[in-house]
Parts: sequence; C-alpha cells; structure tokens
Amino acid sequence: MDPSLAIETSGLSKHFSDNIAVVDLSLRVERGEIFGFLGPNGAGKTTAMKMLLGLISPTAGEGRVLGAPLGDLEARRRIGFLPEHFRFHEWLTAEEFLTLHANLYHMEQEYLSQRIPELLELVGLTAHAHRKLRTFSKGMLQRIGFAQALLNDPEVVFLDEPTSGLDPMGRRLVRDITRDLRAKGTTIFLNSHFLSEVEVTCDRVAFIKEGAIVHTATLDSLTNGELHVAVRARNLTPEARQGLTHWCRNLQVEGDQLTFQLDSEDQLPLVNRYLAEQGVDLYTVQPKFIALEDLFLKIIGEGESSDPREVSGNLET
Amino acid sequence: MHSIFVITKLTIREASRRKILWAALILGLLFLIIYGLGFHFARLDLEKSMQLRSGMNIVLMHEMYNFLLLAGLYTVNFMIIAMSALVSIDTLSGEITSGTIQSLVTKPLQRWQIVIGKWLGFCFILTLYLLFMVGGTMGVVYATSGYIAPHSIQGLALLWLNGMLFLSLSLWGGSFLSTLTNGVVAFGLFGVTFVGGWMEQIGSFLENPVAVNIGILSSLIFPCEAVWRRTVYLMQSPLVTRLGVSFFSSSSVPSRLMILYAVIYAGILLIGAVRRFNRRDL
Repeated sequence: MDPSLAIETSGLSKHFSDNIAVVDLSLRVERGEIFGFLGPNGAGKTTAMKMLLGLISPTAGEGRVLGAPLGDLEARRRIGFLPEHFRFHEWLTAEEFLTLHANLYHMEQEYLSQRIPELLELVGLTAHAHRKLRTFSKGMLQRIGFAQALLNDPEVVFLDEPTSGLDPMGRRLVRDITRDLRAKGTTIFLNSHFLSEVEVTCDRVAFIKEGAIVHTATLDSLTNGELHVAVRARNLTPEARQGLTHWCRNLQVEGDQLTFQLDSEDQLPLVNRYLAEQGVDLYTVQPKFIALEDLFLKIIGEGESSDPREVSGNLET
Repeated sequence: MHSIFVITKLTIREASRRKILWAALILGLLFLIIYGLGFHFARLDLEKSMQLRSGMNIVLMHEMYNFLLLAGLYTVNFMIIAMSALVSIDTLSGEITSGTIQSLVTKPLQRWQIVIGKWLGFCFILTLYLLFMVGGTMGVVYATSGYIAPHSIQGLALLWLNGMLFLSLSLWGGSFLSTLTNGVVAFGLFGVTFVGGWMEQIGSFLENPVAVNIGILSSLIFPCEAVWRRTVYLMQSPLVTRLGVSFFSSSSVPSRLMILYAVIYAGILLIGAVRRFNRRDL
C-alpha cells in the first residue's frame, strides 16, 4: 500500500446477511484529487464510504485513508465527513453544534472562537448562528453539516450526496465550496447520483453498479476524447462519403444531415479540409462531446433487460 | 477523558433542553406534595387515635411512620426505575436510527468514550433525580414527624443501584436493539423480576420452597426486585424485621451477595454495551 495516497483500498467488500453491498472495491485516490463515486441509489456508494470512514467494518479486503488503517483515530483528526440524510442534534443552535464538534477535535478555545464565525460566514449562516437546528430548512442543515465537515481544515473530505434535495442556490454553494477546497489541495471523495454534479466538480469518476465499480475514467478523457459531429452539407458524393470512413466511425447520412464519431477533436480540421477539397458544400459543423450522461446510461444500463433509460429516474433533470 | 466529558455534557444538556429533566422534577415535586399531604393527614389521624387509646405509644407510632415511608419509597423505587430506563432508552438506538451518531463517531474519539460519556451524563441526571425523590420523601416524613428510618443512607445507595441497573440495561439494549424492542426488554425484565419477588414472598410465607426458588431464579435473571427487598429489609423498623412479616418484604431477605451480584450485573451490562457498540456497523 502506498502511504502517499489519500485513499487506497484493495478488495474491500461488505456482505450483509441478506445482500452484498460492496464487492471487491479497489481504489486509488491521489492527494488533492476530487474523486466522484457515481451510481444509482442503492448501488453501494454509502456503504463504501462508511467503510472508508470506519463506520462499517468490511467483510473482506483492506484499505487506508491518509496512510492509516480504516477508522484510525489519528487519521480521523485529518478528515471531514458530511453524511447523507444528515440529521444532527436539532436541539442545539448552529453555533453550539459547531462548538460541540470542535470540542471533539479538542480545538483550543481561541482558535475555535475565530474558526466558527469563519465557517458560518462561509456557508452563509452567520445570521442564524443562534437559531436552533430544529428550525432550519433542509438546505440550511446541509450547509451547517458542511461547516461541521470543514471544522478541522481536513485533508480529505467525504461528501455523501451533498446536493441531494438542495435548491439550485444550495447546489451552487456546495460547488463553490468544493472549488475552494480543490484550490487548497484538499482531497474530496464525493458520492453522487447526479451526473451534473460530478461533471462540474470531479477530476475522476468511478461508476458503481450493484456494489462493484464498472468503469473508472478521468473527466478529461470523458469530455476531451470521443466526440460526435453533426454536419449539414450538400453535394456529398459517394466517393467523398467513402473517403470519410478513414477518420469517421458510425457514419450516417440522412438527406443533407451527416453524423459521425471521431476519436479526438484534432481530427476535425482534417475532416473539414477533406470535405472542402471534395467539393462538398458545408453549411454547419457541430462537434458534440459524448455526454457523461450517455456514458452513465451506457455503463450503468448495461446488462439491464429493460430500457437503459429507466435509470434516468436517478438523473438530475 | 476530555472526549468523555464532551459527551457527558451533551447528554445532560440534551435532557435539559428536551425538558425531560424539568418534566421529571415538576412531576416529582407534585408527587412529594401529594405524599406529604397524605402523610400529614395520616399522622393527624394516628395521633388522635393514640390519644383515644392509652395503649398506643411512641413505638407503635414509629411503626406506622416506617410503613408510610416505605410505601412512599416503594413508589419512588418504581419511578426511579422507569425514569432510568425511559431517559436512556433511545440514546444509542435513536442516534443510530437518525444518523446523528455518524457525525460523532467519525470524530477523533473512541466509541467506548461515547457510551461511557452518555452513561455518566445519565448517571448524573438520575442521581439528582434520586436525591430529589428519595431525599424529598424522607425529608417530608422527617419534617412532619421527626422520624428517620434506620439505614437511610444504605437504602438511598441501594435505590441508586436499581437506577444504575436499569440505566446500564437500557444502554446495553440500545447498542443492538431498536428503541421499541429495548423498551419491551427493559419492562419485560422488570415484570419478570417483580412477579418473581412476590412469588418468593408468598412462597416464603407458605413455606413453599419451589416458589422461593423461582423467586431467587428471577432475581438472578434480573436483580432489581432483590435490591428493593434488601432496601426494605434494611430500612424497615427492627420490630417488623423481628416479626418477619411485612407488606414490602419477605422473610427470605436477599443477601449481601445478591447486592454484589447486582453491582457486577450492572457492570457487565455496561461492558456489554461498549463491546457491542464497538463492533456495530453504523
């Protein structure tokens, strides 16, 4: 195991008595990386995260967070966690709640009296510092939960569905905070079933289905790799069409509409030049990166007997 | 230690914020007022009949005071048991179900510190409650009649032990049962030991060894009734002890060994709560 990694697991599994939640999870998350764990509800994301945090003990395999065994007390000083369906002691005020958790980190009173207002400011709850959490809206609770996860200025932050159930303002706040964390070099492990969230925030994404990772890719490779191109052109000769297959895959022609796939954006000028040389009249050329959503549906939908679009019930619309 | 006290403070604060403490104290006060009034009027009647009958003397008056005090403590014992179980019944299972425990357990503290911290917090609350209720009952009797029962301090300590037994039981149950099941277990055990205590008492009166043994067995299953009967044995008037017949106790008195058993029992429950909570998936 490599101690320089933020998170590393090998063969991590969790079998409950009635089902298998996580199968053979092997991960390597670099320090400073924003790692997205993407899958439909019930895919095992939360169980996986809980194992990394030491909340659930794995039935097989091992893992390390910040070089320490899972659940290690010292490592817990350096991590932050925002649970899914966060419910905190609702009879505390926002400030008391943060003080409680700061005390569990054994923070000095002096540091604490500066850090807590700072965090309340960051999550936009300064005006509500003395209100009981019971009176908070779901979005406000999520924000105070976020503040709690950042109290100790953690090196790794675990976020379990941080924007689930939030209004657009709340989602934007979460994105802004994650962006700030990224700039500071904080590692983020993000569970989500929202594609758009992962697309905007993450460096790398693992697709998880039925407890197992089915695909891992960097966001760069997903957005800078293959692309779809839609062309409107006239005078496309059969020879020109034949010549296009040199670069293009899945070439389809319907009237003056052409669609095809390229391996990279670099090929696009070559195709344009070729078509011009062949005397084809080009009206529009529209490149479109294969959307993460398509990939999500393709990967997660694989092997499902029903229409893969059904999992889109879990997608943000 | 620091982390334990953070949890202890949180527990006390929760009981206070959720008004559990205040409800218990206000109703406790109401109990003491009603008990005090009852005791006062009973005493007036007794004094009147003492003046009527020349045979009544101060010894017999004290017998009556002792009976009334034990009647009060009989209720207080039940209230302490119920209070101990009720305040703590959902502290672990409730936080596990709601998920509030997750943000605590992932902080740099050991799980056992959470259990012990909670136990200490409830212990503090229940000790206050006990001092208020037992002290209040004894105080009412003393203030109106000047009567002090024998072994009052030991009696207080034994009633406290009963509270701790139920507190440890409900923390143990809460470490792996749902709140509702935990409550059923706690009050079910109370029922078993209660009926067992009566069987032992009747069996001892009728000199039926089987009934006595069933009673002893039920005390081994859960020793709270035995602790109560030892309390009565210590606090009842020497005359009743010599006669060996009392409404609250029996001639088969739980031994000191049974009290030691109860202390160890509570300790094992607490250790069991820590161990189960340590292993539990949250």
